[in-house]
Amino acid sequence: MDSSFLLVQFVSGLTMATLLFLVASGLTLIFGVGGVFNFAHGSFYMLGAYLAYTVVSLAHGNFWVAVLAAGLGAGVAGMIAEAAFLRRIYGRSEEGGFQILLTYSLILIIDDLVKLVWGTEYKSLSRPAGFTGSLVIGDVTLPSYNLAIVGVGLLVVVVAWWVLSRTRPGRIARATALDRETMGVLGVNVPLTMTLVFGIATALGGITGALAAPLRSVTPGAGIEVIIDSLIVVVLGGMGNFWGAWLAALLLGEVNAIAVATVPEWASLFSYLVMVVTLIFKPEGLFAPRQVRKV
Amino acid sequence: MEAASDKKALLFWGLFLVVFALVPISRNDYYLAMANRILVWGMFAVAFNMLFGVTGMLSFGQALFFGLGGYGVGLMVKYLGQAWFLAGLGAGVAAAAVVAYLLGYLVIRVSGVFFTILTLAFGQLAWQITFRWYRVTGGDDGIQGLVPTGILGDHIVYYYFCLILVACSVWFLKRLSASPQGLILRCVRQNPARVRFLGRRVRRNQRRIYVISSVFAALAGGLMAGVDNSIHTNMLNWTTSGEVILMSVLGGIHQFFGPFIGAAVIKVIEDVVGARTEYWSLIIGLVMMTMVLLFPRGLVGEWVSFKARMRSGGARKEGV
Repeated sequence: MDSSFLLVQFVSGLTMATLLFLVASGLTLIFGVGGVFNFAHGSFYMLGAYLAYTVVSLAHGNFWVAVLAAGLGAGVAGMIAEAAFLRRIYGRSEEGGFQILLTYSLILIIDDLVKLVWGTEYKSLSRPAGFTGSLVIGDVTLPSYNLAIVGVGLLVVVVAWWVLSRTRPGRIARATALDRETMGVLGVNVPLTMTLVFGIATALGGITGALAAPLRSVTPGAGIEVIIDSLIVVVLGGMGNFWGAWLAALLLGEVNAIAVATVPEWASLFSYLVMVVTLIFKPEGLFAPRQVRKV
Repeated sequence: MEAASDKKALLFWGLFLVVFALVPISRNDYYLAMANRILVWGMFAVAFNMLFGVTGMLSFGQALFFGLGGYGVGLMVKYLGQAWFLAGLGAGVAAAAVVAYLLGYLVIRVSGVFFTILTLAFGQLAWQITFRWYRVTGGDDGIQGLVPTGILGDHIVYYYFCLILVACSVWFLKRLSASPQGLILRCVRQNPARVRFLGRRVRRNQRRIYVISSVFAALAGGLMAGVDNSIHTNMLNWTTSGEVILMSVLGGIHQFFGPFIGAAVIKVIEDVVGARTEYWSLIIGLVMMTMVLLFPRGLVGEWVSFKARMRSGGARKEGV
């Protein structure tokens, strides 16, 4: 194992970590701000991938336009889902269980709608122009599209962090997370805020789906694979914890890259292995906020 | 009042047993298999609901135990021979008890959502292992030819064997639900803090019902191996966990027999509609959404409240 091999694996792990984090950040955003557990988040990821496929291959669109279109489409779909369905069960007793059930029914419905519209066969998307080759530094060859994903991922994270912590809408969203009632009294349109946050989160899912499409094949079952991995990230990172999710995604991504390089057949089990080990030694998650630890 | 409800319960049990006991008279293998499936899934759903409806723990990983029961039978028969069918059933159930006990320490954690996520993750882990460990489990091919030996090899005898086991299990769960332990479990759902004030341990009660529910899930899985004469990795997939959840929600999670009715309805619809369309999951998704949004009490729960409303309406007319 020489250093160039390690570097290639590291970048491949970093790519996976970025994608994982982008999906998980949407999940953790809705949970942190809206208190909604969106089990169907992976389905919006899948929807994004299919939308990007349609825009690129049928409309001969630019890849980056397709990514934006995927984000927009998934965002609008998410807002519709929130306003039409999820909103109806807020405040119901045992709301948490009903949220899971309702979003579970969304998974089933979106999965089949995707099959109805796009068919069941695998779809593939080629890498965008300008990112099909590799970057060669000395004796290290890095696929340039992977580096682009890492870059876009960083950009999205920084923008999301900046919006949430430095702008007025971000402050309103965070305040709504803390106390919906008071925000309503202060004149904030809380239902609209919730819908918008939901839309932004599902848009993040859709963008990730589009970005990942050239690396993985686009299939109807993609949503559930993604949701389980990102749930593990969220559990490890601590629900609602942005930076914790980032570190957890990095850990999972790198562990997976090493597993794929050494025992490819069993690689898909390693995320679970990380989860089990963490649960045994640190059951509250690696980076849980302090008040959770006390309970 | 007590006597009346006792009589009613007795009548219900009598009717339940008679209806299912009479199915073999039809001499129709199709109806027999259908009734058998309803019985086994009904028990699975009732046991699952002890966890979800009663204790408030939404597990998305009961497929793990269902599959463990199935693979207990499957692996025993595959490696030791047909005569080991019953031993396999026992082994699957015992393995489920051990796994549930150990897993209980890992998955029963801070909040409800975490429990759901972790059970789902462990369920998928078990599915991945079964799927990929081709040498031992047969992977996606599953295991075929699981026919119990001796007298149980007969369809009708096997059906009655299932009927007796299911009736005993459901009766046990009913007793458990009505017992002081059942009250504690309801209290765990409604007000865990108060359970602690009463000097009871929340986690220990949660682990207890997790093990009990999982044992019956494994029993259901083992019995299904005999009904279908085969097992498949799909038994462990998350869709199996989803199906048993749907059955409970459809029937009504706050009614003891609700999940059983839900299982019967789903199995019948699956048979009628599933054969005609490939968009089966769209249909169950729509059913699930309708129930959650409009009829959260489930079929049985809505029926009970409808009856209560009719009765109170009648009482008002009498000027009470």
